[in-house]
Amino acid sequence: MLEITNISKTFNPGSVNEKLAIDNLSLTVNDGDFITIIGSNGAGKSTLFNAISGVFITDKGKIVLDDMDITLMAEHKRSRFIGRLFQDPMKGSAPGMSIEENLYLAAGSGGWLGHITEKDRKDFRDRLALLDMGLENRMKNPVGLLSGGQRQALTLMMATYNPPKLLLLDEHTAALDPKTAEKVLEITNNIVKENNITCLMITHNMESALSMGNRTIMMNSGKVIYDVSGEQRESETVESLIEKFKDEAGKSLASDEMLLKGNK
Amino acid sequence: MLLVSTALELGLISALTVLALYLSYTMLDICDLSTDGCFTLGAAVGAIVAISGHPYLSIIAAMGAGVLSGFITAFLQTKLGVNSLLAGIIVNTGLYSINIAVMNNTSLLNMNNTDTIFTKFKSLLENTFLAGSYKLVVAVIFVALVLILLTLFLKTRMGLAIRATGNNPDMVRSSSINTTVIIIIGLCISNAITALSGCLLAQYNKSVNIDIGTGMVTIALASLLIGYLFFKRRGVGLRAVGAIIGAIIFRAVYTLALQINMPAHMLKLISSIIVVIAIAGPYLYEKFMASARRRREMR
Repeated sequence: MLEITNISKTFNPGSVNEKLAIDNLSLTVNDGDFITIIGSNGAGKSTLFNAISGVFITDKGKIVLDDMDITLMAEHKRSRFIGRLFQDPMKGSAPGMSIEENLYLAAGSGGWLGHITEKDRKDFRDRLALLDMGLENRMKNPVGLLSGGQRQALTLMMATYNPPKLLLLDEHTAALDPKTAEKVLEITNNIVKENNITCLMITHNMESALSMGNRTIMMNSGKVIYDVSGEQRESETVESLIEKFKDEAGKSLASDEMLLKGNK
Repeated sequence: MLLVSTALELGLISALTVLALYLSYTMLDICDLSTDGCFTLGAAVGAIVAISGHPYLSIIAAMGAGVLSGFITAFLQTKLGVNSLLAGIIVNTGLYSINIAVMNNTSLLNMNNTDTIFTKFKSLLENTFLAGSYKLVVAVIFVALVLILLTLFLKTRMGLAIRATGNNPDMVRSSSINTTVIIIIGLCISNAITALSGCLLAQYNKSVNIDIGTGMVTIALASLLIGYLFFKRRGVGLRAVGAIIGAIIFRAVYTLALQINMPAHMLKLISSIIVVIAIAGPYLYEKFMASARRRREMR
């Protein structure tokens, strides 16, 4: 279970570029939850992921993952429990190294002076075959030669090779063509379900926001403004979500931001 | 014949520094400007220990000193927020004082009557068919050892982590590996090899001069970039062999230039020019090809 309590983050405090990116946000994610996150640009979705994965330390509040306080834990230590994928397919793998070398680093077996064994190769081949992209026959090829979709599918496999406690997907299909995106989403669904991984997924596609996962949250100005699951979620449509967004976002815009700016 | 074997021996000894840069520059993507100072440090420490009567220990001591120097360079850039290039320059400057201190406050040490790794091998190989080329044997042994160990190392998980840190640090962090530790280990190893290179050159020359390492980083970089021409896009082992070939070619060209009466002090200018050509050449070629492609498409 992930428990986020009253976290805040301000960028460039005290300067003209000061921005309150996360505003006193609280969120509880239950084990096995697959939450889709929507919201406009600058709503704080990626910032929330950065806070969870430890790219920066939050100014206030607390983050607890499975009874472990990770609020101040370093990024590389958190990544032992938290997997993350970015929009940019180039970010998650080393282009100059082969597929099997990338997988070996992700698998993390065999100690520091260990090297890739035939057994490792067989495991990699079996797993790559599940992607149905023919990568199992190109294990010695540098990752830089793969297409964006292949690279993102590989990154997904690397991030979940040892199933993490939490998987953060930051618009991981946004840079792919629609057909490839669909394929990667399908693979995502399979991997998350099979390993019962708790997962947060940011998306700009309202349809996949509703069709995937079991819960949807909407963010605006660094806050969660709508949180829906269960039967009520099933009755939501893309239109009703957009309507909701206009309502909620409009309200908060009118209530504090506009007032403050008007007083200056 | 003497000329060829001398060029080969010196080429192989400097090939060790080229292998060190192959690790730090090619793999880890860090331009380690402390190389000059570290090379001299290895020469000085190795000489002092050899003069005190321990030729074998001198090798280990020099490499240990290199590890220490590499650790400080890495520590500055990973833990203390010093820019990577600046960290190398700072350490390089500091090492000048340390090297003179190591050499008993002089800038020149003589090893004419000292037992070195070379004299040890000379007596070891006496009466064998290799007796005449004992210097070459020493150089070949060390280069082969470093080449094999380095290649094996680069295929371990640690070695892969070093390569990935130079290739895509974000990815390394997200696979729960501490890039700080990786950079520290990488630079400790590369500097140990650089110091070994310096130690061997000093014992080969039977003397250490405080300037022995000056310009080494550019010379090694030039050799490394020449080496890139061989075994492009091949495995890490073959590319390391390419680096060694680069070092030998560089030395051969230099020897040839001396034969046609180029003054010895031109060496460093030539190495600088080679580095510029090797870096700017592919860059300009790419630019030219890209615009040529555009022009063809527009026609």
